[in-house]
Amino acid sequence: MPIFYEQRELVTPGDLIADGDYMAGDSTYKEDDKIYATRVGLVNYEGRRLNVVALKAFYVPNVGDLVIGEVVNVNLGSWNLDIKAPHLATLRASDVLDRSFSPQRDDLPSIFDVEDLMLSKIVACDRTRDPLLTIREPGLGKISGGQVVEITPTKIPRVIGSKGSMVNMLKKETGCQITVCQNGLVLIIGKTIEKERLAIMAIRKIDQEAHTKGLTERVTEMIQKENQGV
Amino acid sequence: MTKKPLTLINKKNIRVDGRKLDELRPIKIELNIIGNANGSAYIEQGKNKILAAVYGPKEVHPRHLALPDRALLRCQYHMSPFSVKERKRPAPSRRETEISKVIRECLSPSIFGEYYPRTSIDIYIEVLEADGGTRCSGIIAASLALADAGIPLRDLVAACAAGKVEEHLVLDLNGPEDNKGTDMPIALMPTFNAVTLLQMNGILTTDEFEQALNLAVKGCEQVYTLQKEALKARYINVKEEVEEE
Repeated sequence: MPIFYEQRELVTPGDLIADGDYMAGDSTYKEDDKIYATRVGLVNYEGRRLNVVALKAFYVPNVGDLVIGEVVNVNLGSWNLDIKAPHLATLRASDVLDRSFSPQRDDLPSIFDVEDLMLSKIVACDRTRDPLLTIREPGLGKISGGQVVEITPTKIPRVIGSKGSMVNMLKKETGCQITVCQNGLVLIIGKTIEKERLAIMAIRKIDQEAHTKGLTERVTEMIQKENQGV
Repeated sequence: MTKKPLTLINKKNIRVDGRKLDELRPIKIELNIIGNANGSAYIEQGKNKILAAVYGPKEVHPRHLALPDRALLRCQYHMSPFSVKERKRPAPSRRETEISKVIRECLSPSIFGEYYPRTSIDIYIEVLEADGGTRCSGIIAASLALADAGIPLRDLVAACAAGKVEEHLVLDLNGPEDNKGTDMPIALMPTFNAVTLLQMNGILTTDEFEQALNLAVKGCEQVYTLQKEALKARYINVKEEVEEE
């Protein structure tokens, strides 16, 4: 059962990663007991399971994901949100109001209007259905302050780090409140704009250098250096 | 007017542009050059200069075209008015419509469209300068643009032409050779040795066909290596920079 690539080695679509009794994970597929890569990325083993951590991919919604969406359309009883996925997501008026929606009483644009950014969660989504969102959980709702950075969605795990090591370090070093969303958007709320900028710089660096070793140390170093300068 | 050579291949088996019979034109590839596209590639193959851009997967417009079980793949091959010696009318010609179709069909087996139902993947290929074999160069660029867009692929699609010019079998025909001789473009997924496009314009005997096919497959394999290098180049550069520090 040979494996043809080392851990964290760069592969391109069509590369034969392994032959034999393995399971095909993310960005890979299996044909005749052979596992091939489907995207440009880094090989990653988890026991018998082979993954490729894609260096470029787009967001595919899943139930339970935390996402930031921009309102792009106000309908009669719902809003459409752009969550950086292939399809627009829907947020129902009855979910936002604490009662059923009444067209005579409720004026949706006065609640949320186009260009508003919403922190929300996906409650339903599959092959035949566009994503449905909810904001009925603590912490969710319209974003009223801070800054949003966009990065490649597959690098979100790297921003979080193993057991949250990276994001905890970022929070500690910059003093910002950081919300990492599965669709590749990161919300940063800091006490000063300088602190927010520092966090954004760090996240951009993680996005660019996600496939390199010793990233957490390098990012810590960068932030501490900048902090001394300020 | 410059004086044209009487023959395309001289007695030493050297072609008009100085290549050997089984030599590819020099290829230069760049990725991610169109900011608004999800993925893009630019290729220079000899005098060919071609841009490819990929948008998607995204919602299908017009909506009724959406497929319930897989992504809709659309492809547009277009030649710029200034891409050839005499101005080409910008409206899509019969030839461009056909090439769009064959390129779409040669790329579709490489794409996992069934993962993204009710979406569309749009490919645009713009020929900025043409000198023979633009459909092959277009396929090479389009396949890379798809990979650059992060769309899952079974394999990259490599393409290359072989043919017969003045009784010699040659690889990767350029403009003048294409006009005079027999041209046979093929596209290949090298990992599976699967041919996804095979066209021929002219006459070859069965033996010649087989030889030309083998020649073209070898050409595709060379192209494939270059494609992989181009895809990796961006990330390797970052890695090296960081590790030097």
